[in-house]
Amino acid sequence: MPVSTEKMVKVFGRPASLTEARFTYCPGCHHGILTRIIAQTIDELGIVERTVGIAPVGCAVFAYLWYRCDAIQASHGRASAVATGVKRANPNLIVFAYQGDGDFASIGTAESIHAANRGENITVIFVNNQVYGMTGGEMAPTSLVGQKTTTTPDGRDPALFGYPIRFSEMIAQLDAPVYVTRQALYDTKRIMDATKAIKKAFTNQLEGKGYSLVEVLATCPTNWRMKPTEANKHVAEVVTKVFPLGDLIDRG
Amino acid sequence: MGKRMLLRGNEVIAEAAIRAGCQCYFAYPITPQAELLEHMAKNMPRLGRTFIQAESELAAINMVYGAASVGVRTMTSSSSPGISLKQEGISYLAGSNLPAVIVNIVRGGPGLGDIAPAQCDYFQATKGGGHGDYHMIVLAPSTAPEAGELTMLAFDLADQYRTPVMILADGMLGQMMEPVELPEPIDIASLPVKEWATTGAKGRDPNVILSFDLDPEVLKKMNLALQKRYRQIEAKEVRYEEAATEDADILIAAYGTVARIAKSVVRMARAEGIKLGLFRPITLWPFPYQPLKELAGRVKTVLTVEMSAGQMWEDVRLAVAERANTPFYGEMGGVVPTPRRILSEVRKHAS
Repeated sequence: MPVSTEKMVKVFGRPASLTEARFTYCPGCHHGILTRIIAQTIDELGIVERTVGIAPVGCAVFAYLWYRCDAIQASHGRASAVATGVKRANPNLIVFAYQGDGDFASIGTAESIHAANRGENITVIFVNNQVYGMTGGEMAPTSLVGQKTTTTPDGRDPALFGYPIRFSEMIAQLDAPVYVTRQALYDTKRIMDATKAIKKAFTNQLEGKGYSLVEVLATCPTNWRMKPTEANKHVAEVVTKVFPLGDLIDRG
Repeated sequence: MGKRMLLRGNEVIAEAAIRAGCQCYFAYPITPQAELLEHMAKNMPRLGRTFIQAESELAAINMVYGAASVGVRTMTSSSSPGISLKQEGISYLAGSNLPAVIVNIVRGGPGLGDIAPAQCDYFQATKGGGHGDYHMIVLAPSTAPEAGELTMLAFDLADQYRTPVMILADGMLGQMMEPVELPEPIDIASLPVKEWATTGAKGRDPNVILSFDLDPEVLKKMNLALQKRYRQIEAKEVRYEEAATEDADILIAAYGTVARIAKSVVRMARAEGIKLGLFRPITLWPFPYQPLKELAGRVKTVLTVEMSAGQMWEDVRLAVAERANTPFYGEMGGVVPTPRRILSEVRKHAS
C-alpha cells in the first residue's frame, strides 16, 4: 500500500553539528553515542559558531573531526588547562574538554582538579570506561578491583595498584564547581538522563555560572572482552556499584 | 619612547611583554624569575588582561597553548627546571604552528642545581628541547634594555612565523637593575587578524589546531612545512653584534651576560696591546654561522666563553670549521666569570 509522506514529521535526524566523518570507535563503544549527544546539545543551544572543542589523547583523539565547530587537539591530560587558556583568552567562546579516565584522572590529575578549583567557566565531559582503550587495554585509574587488563593480567590488586579512583567525588569536594554529575549510557533512560545533564553543563557555561563536570560511564567491549550487550549489562550491574549514578553537586 | 625607569631585567621583560600586547600570561613561581611573575600579577588584571598562577609548569604551557590557539599574544616564563617541564608543551606549540613567547631565566643545573646565573640550557633551547624535529627562535639579550627590545621583537617574530620564541637570559640579567626606556605600547587592534585561530566557526569552515596525523605521508608533509619555515627564519632572522673586530686577531665568542662582561675584557686587552674583538650572537637559533665563518678567516683564535661546559662552543666550532683555533673557557654551577679571569684566558692565546 502506498504511504503518503505529506503528514510525516521528522522526529530524529543527524545533528547539524555532527560532520559526515565516520567514527573510528569500535562496535558497541559508547563514545559514539556521547559524541552525538554533544552535537545535538550544540544544535539545541545554537552555539556551533562559538564553540571550541578540546580533543584529548586516546580513542577520542579524532574528536576534532566529528563536530562542525572549531577544535584543538591537546596533549595527554592537559585538556582542562588548554580549555582554561581558550576561555580566558576569549570568554565569549563556549569551551568543552572531552577527556578519558587516563587523561582526566591519571596523567591530568593536577590540571583537572585545579581547573575545577578555579571555577573555570567551562564544560568537561569525562569518559570513564575503566581502561586505556587506544594503547591496548591497560589498567586505568578507574579500573575496578579484580579487573583484568593487559597490565593487571591477574586482575587489579588493590595492595599493588590501589582502588578505582572516584574522581568526580573529589571534584565535588571543592567550593568552586557548579555542577558535578555521573551519568551512563547503557539504556534509553540513562541516555535521556545523560543528555539532560550535558545540556545543563553547557547551559551553565552559557549563563556564566562556572565549572561543570559530566562523568559518563562508558563501555569498552573490545578491551573488556565482552559483547556490547554484556558490556551494557556490566555497567548497569557492576560498574554503577563502584561509581554510583546521579548528581554530586548542583549549585546551578 | 616612554619615560626612563629603573627596573630589574625580569620586570623589563614583563613590562615589554605587556607593551607588546601580551593578553594572557600563565606561569608557576620559580627563582630567579619571580619578579617577572609578580609584575604580571600586579599589572595584567589592571589592564583587563589574563594572569593565572598555574598549578604547574605543565599547566602553564598548556594554558599558553589554549590562548595561542585563540589568536591572542601569550607568554609564560620560568627558570631551568621549570622549562624542562614545559618541553612537551613547547613541542606541541611548534608542531601546531602556534605563536607564543617563553622566557627562560637560566639557573645552575643539572637537577635542582642552584639559583645562580648560568647558560647551561643552550642545547635545550637551540636544538629542540622536546620531542620531534623542531626549533624555536631563541633570543639572547645581554642587558636589561635589550631584554625589553627583544621581548617586543619576540612577539612579532612569533606571530610572523607562527612559532614559539624563547627569550634566553640568566639569573644575573633577571635580577640586575638598570635604567631602561621602553617603547610605547603597541595598538593591539592594529595587529593582523589570525585567520587560522579557533575563534568560532562563524561564516567559515571550522579551524582545527593540531600537531597530529596518523598517516606518515601527511605527517611528513607537516614536517616539511615546518622545515621550510625554519630555512626562511635562518635566511632572514640571524642577529648578532660585533665589537672591535675590524683589526682583531683574537675573538671572544659569547652571548648574554658573558658577552657583556667580555666587552670589558676587550677594553682591558686592548690596553695591553692585545687585538681582541667580540662576536656576540643575539639569535642563538638561528645561530649566526655565516658571519662567524667569515670573521674566523681573519683571526687566529676564536675563544668561546660560556657559563656552561661548552654548549654554544659546538656551534662556534661548526661555524669556524678549523679556520682558526677554537679554545674554550667556561664556568659552571652558577659561577660567573670575572673580567680578570677571562683576560688571563685571552692572554694564553694571544700571540
